[in-house]
Amino acid sequence: MTVENGQSTVDSQDWPLWEVFVRPRRGLAHSHVGSLHASDAELAVRNARDLYTRRQEGVSIWVVPAAAITASSPDEKDAFFEPAGDKVYRHPTFYPVPEGVEHL
Amino acid sequence: MAAAHRVAAIAVSGSPGRRDVLQNLAAVTGCCNTGGMERQEVPGASGLLSEVAAAEAELRAAADRDRGGDGAGVAAGDELAAYFDEVVGADQKIEPRDWMPEAYRKGLVRQIAQHAHSEIIGMQPEGNWLSRAPSLARKAILLAKVQDEAGHGLYLYAAAETLGVSRAELFDKLLSGRQKYSSIFNYPTLTWADVGAIGWLVDGAAIVNQVPLCRCSYGPYARAMIRICKEESFHQRQGFDLLYTLARGTDEQRAMAQDAVDRWWYPSLAMFGPPDAESTHSTQSMAWKIKRFSNDELRQKFVDMTAQQAEVLGLNLPDEALGYDQPSGHWRYTQPDFGELMRVISGDGPCNRQRIEHRRRAHDDGAWVRDSAAAYAAKQRTRKAAA
Repeated sequence: MTVENGQSTVDSQDWPLWEVFVRPRRGLAHSHVGSLHASDAELAVRNARDLYTRRQEGVSIWVVPAAAITASSPDEKDAFFEPAGDKVYRHPTFYPVPEGVEHL
Repeated sequence: MAAAHRVAAIAVSGSPGRRDVLQNLAAVTGCCNTGGMERQEVPGASGLLSEVAAAEAELRAAADRDRGGDGAGVAAGDELAAYFDEVVGADQKIEPRDWMPEAYRKGLVRQIAQHAHSEIIGMQPEGNWLSRAPSLARKAILLAKVQDEAGHGLYLYAAAETLGVSRAELFDKLLSGRQKYSSIFNYPTLTWADVGAIGWLVDGAAIVNQVPLCRCSYGPYARAMIRICKEESFHQRQGFDLLYTLARGTDEQRAMAQDAVDRWWYPSLAMFGPPDAESTHSTQSMAWKIKRFSNDELRQKFVDMTAQQAEVLGLNLPDEALGYDQPSGHWRYTQPDFGELMRVISGDGPCNRQRIEHRRRAHDDGAWVRDSAAAYAAKQRTRKAAA
């Protein structure tokens, strides 16, 4: 599904797809809850309110055109994330702490 | 009643004055419903809800767990298939961009679409009573419920779309009869008590069917189902509450409740599909962890749950053979007429034509709204580009 720019074909089926993110409470991150179709961003926010927050599930909503999201490919997942694989020294638990050391 | 109060309050949030009015109404209804008696918990419902919570916890745990292998350097078809089997085998989720067997994709599209269509068509039988609900509180509750069905349909259409089908394609297949919806919604709602029977029996059966789907191997479907099941339990509660109230009302009200249960019982049993021996899609679905229990297992579970609830309601399930079987710990029951199920599914139920006709009309009648929104969005884009 692609976002149509320019003239609309005047058919809801061409309404772009939006990804919806909801912040459940102040202090928590917005997280992805699902997607929906809407003709523009403003209606996408309203539709998201009606669809994903009928029971006060959130205090804030983001909508993002699905077509605007660039994702890493799952097929390349292993090669893509491989560089971090051999760097266990990035974790504090890599380092032994001698007996008796405090506040480290 | 707690759920009902909350719903009534949410339905009008934003207008404090009216909210108070509705809350009071709901409170009054609650008081009349119980008539001073201790309200008994619906047996089984809380157990199912905790299963939904468990499925959600499991989903997170599976995400934290390592798979058997790491699928490094996957390329060839065999390796992709092996990787897919490994993920499913490890109870992990398949996500939209992962490789999947074509039959898995097709089967899921068929099942999720059918499920989405059922939610959307399912708005009609109860929508029929919105304008004739006996009180404002009942009307607010029913409105919230029918609105939920629309929401569930949309969650599911969105899940189906992640498999590469378009919304338009799905609508088209529903309207042309190439995709089905649950046979149950082809039965008419003749009285107000039918709203209660649908909530209690139809939504009850739906929950038994759907709770295991929260553990489905396809991520977007599993997540949608967790959402749906959490909301669905209010539907069953309000139906039970409605029947409980009628069963303690006048003789006519009691008779109306009994009549509704008599008519909805067997169609509800038929919702679980044909007996295992005749079920065409089951084996592969089980292997792929789309489906977790057989039709007959789920049907039995529903009967076990419901027979007990009927006693609390004080209504009879229309089955002479119904009885508790001590050794097995299950209720014996009479199977529904599967011939009727097949007839209704193939288009010959009491309301099939009416349901599709209504959906088509609603879709056509909404065209100007969709067109206006699209035209407005296009105009705004043009203005933005010009500025």
